[in-house]
Order: sequence, then structure tokens, then C-alpha cells
Amino acid sequence: MKGSSDSRRRPFVREILGRSDFAIIGEWIEQGARVLDLGCGEGELLEWLAQNKQVEARGIEIDSRKVQRAIARGVSVYHGDIDQGLSDYPDESFDYIILSQTLQETRRPLHVLREMLRVGRRAIVAFPNYGHWSVRLSLLLRGRAPVTRCFPYQWYDSPNIHFLTIRDFQELARREAWTIEREIFLSGHYSGRLLANLLAEVGVFLIRK
Amino acid sequence: MVVETQYARFDSLSLDCGATLSPVDVAYETYGRLNDARSNAILILHAFSGDAHAAGLSRADGKPGWWDNMIGPGKAFDTEQYFVVCSNVLGGCRGTTGPSSINPATGRPYGLSFPVITISDMVRLQKMLVDSLGLERLLAVCGGSMGGMQALEWAVAYPDRVVSAIPIATTARSSAQQIAFNEVGRQAIMADPDWNGGDYYGAKPPARGLAVARMVGHITFMSDESMRVKFGRRLRQKEKFGFDFSVDFEVESYLRYRGSQFVDRFDANSYLYISKAMDYFDLTNGTGSLTEAFRNVRARFLVISFTSDWLYPSYQSVEIVNALRALNRDVAYCELPSNYGHDAFLVDIGEQTEIVRGFLASTYRMVDGA
Repeated sequence: MKGSSDSRRRPFVREILGRSDFAIIGEWIEQGARVLDLGCGEGELLEWLAQNKQVEARGIEIDSRKVQRAIARGVSVYHGDIDQGLSDYPDESFDYIILSQTLQETRRPLHVLREMLRVGRRAIVAFPNYGHWSVRLSLLLRGRAPVTRCFPYQWYDSPNIHFLTIRDFQELARREAWTIEREIFLSGHYSGRLLANLLAEVGVFLIRK
Repeated sequence: MVVETQYARFDSLSLDCGATLSPVDVAYETYGRLNDARSNAILILHAFSGDAHAAGLSRADGKPGWWDNMIGPGKAFDTEQYFVVCSNVLGGCRGTTGPSSINPATGRPYGLSFPVITISDMVRLQKMLVDSLGLERLLAVCGGSMGGMQALEWAVAYPDRVVSAIPIATTARSSAQQIAFNEVGRQAIMADPDWNGGDYYGAKPPARGLAVARMVGHITFMSDESMRVKFGRRLRQKEKFGFDFSVDFEVESYLRYRGSQFVDRFDANSYLYISKAMDYFDLTNGTGSLTEAFRNVRARFLVISFTSDWLYPSYQSVEIVNALRALNRDVAYCELPSNYGHDAFLVDIGEQTEIVRGFLASTYRMVDGA
């Protein structure tokens, strides 16, 4: 199981969303909540939430350099991987567990999601949508492993090992009997519900057990 | 920054072993200024062979403190912002009462009549010093190696007095390997005829035994890689082997030098007592449950370990961190990359400085509400 050890990874969502993922997550999380960010990078989101929402902020990050930067900015980050990192927490230790852009990179995504919903009362999951038209078209027309804006890696160079679409996630939530409290679909500066699985590049979900 | 060691005397100190020491002297130094709210005090805790002279240049001999690269204006422990205190540990030989001190009952040095001490005894004495300085709360307690043990003990023993703790390259309980190396050091000292059952004051000290103990120590402080880089197989001032038992290799020369240098500044009996205190250290009191040990802890933590430290391996830090996380305590942890082994917290301080500075600043903001 990995955190975001690759410097190329998290920033690409920022490119698409600007800093609007802060805004979305900031809107969903209430003042003073206990928040754990998995693969928190340099802790920018946590710092933002601590300052703007006075949350109790914790993070887990596998990359030593990023952990150092996060701690240097005053965020309490644990240097470790997501799988091992969650098992030590008692049930419902947090109000929100955030997993942004890392689900498709985990070795056991279902295990990670279940752990998130054990350790947190709610989970916020954001991931790039493999059902986006550009992915479908790329595979259909070129017959090659898709390389798109949200999936910018060659097959041999990709940290992504479990590809999923927005519909896949919704199906999983139904099967696991998780409640999707909120969902948001994003592409460029567009966000909407119409043909989400075809048009959205990123899906952001707020779920609970 | 020219500094001077100061001394405080306390009437008596009750020890874990049941004995009472009286009186007890403590050597300490302070750097920076205590603010009006008395909210910027930091207690630095030294490792095995350290002393009160942590920073600045000693007025007595002009030597820099043992953590001068970390403590001072603009450094990790910024003395422009914080009031920093460091004292010599109980059982030491650098101004605080230890086996080489005069036993008032006999008028002679304690030697082996000095009671066996523990890490919590050391901390209890530091608490008396901190009280006498009027420091109600410590913004941080910080130390590496044995200093880290004291930092942990502080957080557990005085939860209301410690805002944050920074244990570095340390453990919550000494492992078999750590005890083993300490025992080799003790045996080297006790095997030296000059040791004389600990009664050598005013006579020839067990310099050979103490030097050998220190040589073993220095091996454990380095890493395979740092020794390879520093010495390799280079010969010392010769082109070919001497075919005798004089110094052939650079590494031998280095160890002998460090060993003989140590003898000039350290007391062999202090070595025995302090290493024993480390061996006894177990925050769980034998219960094995660190989570239980930390239950009343309120401090926020920054735990640091180093990749090449095989004497205090990272798993021991992770154990501390996981116990704190199981209790939902505020804890940050980083394993810093370094090739310097256990010595890293003293010499490889670039990244350590960055995270300590940031952690302290954010802790200070919480306290100050600024």
C-alpha cells in the first residue's frame, strides 16, 4: 500500500481543480472536526483546514521529504504507509478521513476504504475517473493503454494499479451498503451531474457506513 | 555566545531504589531569555556522555557546547525566541552529584556506595531544578538517545508540565542489544585492575578499561557506511602493514584517540551507573503496554529516527508513535535519511533543524494563541 511517494502525482489534480479541491473539502468539513489525510503530501490541505476550519489535523505520508516539509509547516504527520498507518487507530478516531488521488494506487483499495470507514465516521474519496471519454476513446481508437490528462503515465511507468470509474465506485458503495452523502463530478472548470461517468475527470465522494 | 555553567543545590532526592541522596548538586546552563508569560522555556536533555554545556562557548575553556549546532540564535532551538535550559544528569561527573562526588557521610568520594539510579530519578532531579527556576510549563522537552528517554519520562511523569516532547533516536525501553553493549562497556571497566572495586579516586583511574568501553560505544554510534566512508581500509601513516600490533588502520587510530580523549573528561564509575540506568529504562514498567504508559500523557510529540541508526533502530520510535496514535495523541513522526548512524542527531542536523524549528513554532503558536 502506498502513500503519495511520487512527486508527479497529487499536483495534477490541482492543475485541473485549481485549488478548488480545498474549497470542496473545506465546505464539507465542519469547524473543529478531527481530520486525517491519507497521503497528505506536504500537508497543504491540512494546514489550510487547520487555519480556516480549526480542524484537528493529522496526516500520513510515505515520502520522507514531504513529511519533513509538512512537519516544518506545523502539521502532525506520520511517516508511514496507508495500510499499516491505519491499523493502529481505534474505531472512529476521526470525523473525516481524506483519500485524495491515491485510491487507484493502493494495493488493496477495498481494504483501505473499509479501514477508512472504521477509523473515521466519514470518508472523503477523490479519484480520477477511468470512465472519462478521453480514456475510452484513447483505448478504442489507438488500441494503446490510455495516456490522458488524468492518467498521464505510460503503462510501464504508472503508479496506478487499480483503475476505476465513477460508476464502479457507486456500485461498490451499494454493495458495501455505504451511504453516499455527497458526490461531485469535475472536469476542468466544469462540474455537473450530466453523464458524469463520461464527462467527469475526477469524482469526489463523501461516504459513511 | 559565551556561557557559564551554574549550580543549584537541593536538600535531598528520594530514589527509585529506596535510598535518599542529600544534598544533591545540579550543574546547568541557560540560553536566551524567559518571556514574561514564562511560556517559552525548553528543557534540553543530554545523552550518555553529555553535560550541561549544550550550547555557546564555555567561559572556562572556550569550547562549544555538545549541541551548539542546534541551539543558538537562528538555530533549531532559537535562543532569540526561546529560553533553553540544559543540566548534567544525576550520576554524571560534570558538576551534578554522581559517584565521584564527595559523600558527606564519609568525606570521601561515593564510589560504589553511590546508590543505583534510574532515568526517572534523573528526571525527578531535573523537575526540582525546573521548579526552582520558576518554570511552570515547558514548551518542549527534547533530547536524543538517553536524552530521548528522559524526554519520554518527562511527558509521562509530569503530563501537566510538558506542552511538547521531542524524543530523538531513542526507545521507550532498552533492548537486549542495547543492554548487551552497555554490559561490554561495564565489563571492560571492571576488568581493569585500576578500577579497584570503584575505589580509585586520588589514585590511578581505570583509563584502559574506560577507553575500551568508549571504543565499543563509538562503533555503535556509527554505521557501516559512515565507517567505510570515513576510514575504509586506509592505513595510518604507513604504506604497508606493520606486521605487529601497533596501529595499522585509520579506524584503529580513531578509536584509540576517542577512547583516550574520553578518559580525560569522564568518570569510569559514572559510566557504570548511567549505563545501568539506561538498561533499567522501560516506560511500561515491565507491563509491556506502551499504550497504558502513555494514557495520561498530554504533550504533543515530534518523534525522530534515522535510517542508518542500528543502535536505536526506527522500529523503536515507531513503537512509541503507534502507542500514541492508538490513544489519538498529537504526534508527528519522521524517519530522516542519514548515513551517520546513531550519531546523526548530533552531526547530521540539516533536516532535523527544519522539522524541529517548524514543530516548535507551531507549538508556540498554540500556547501563545498568536
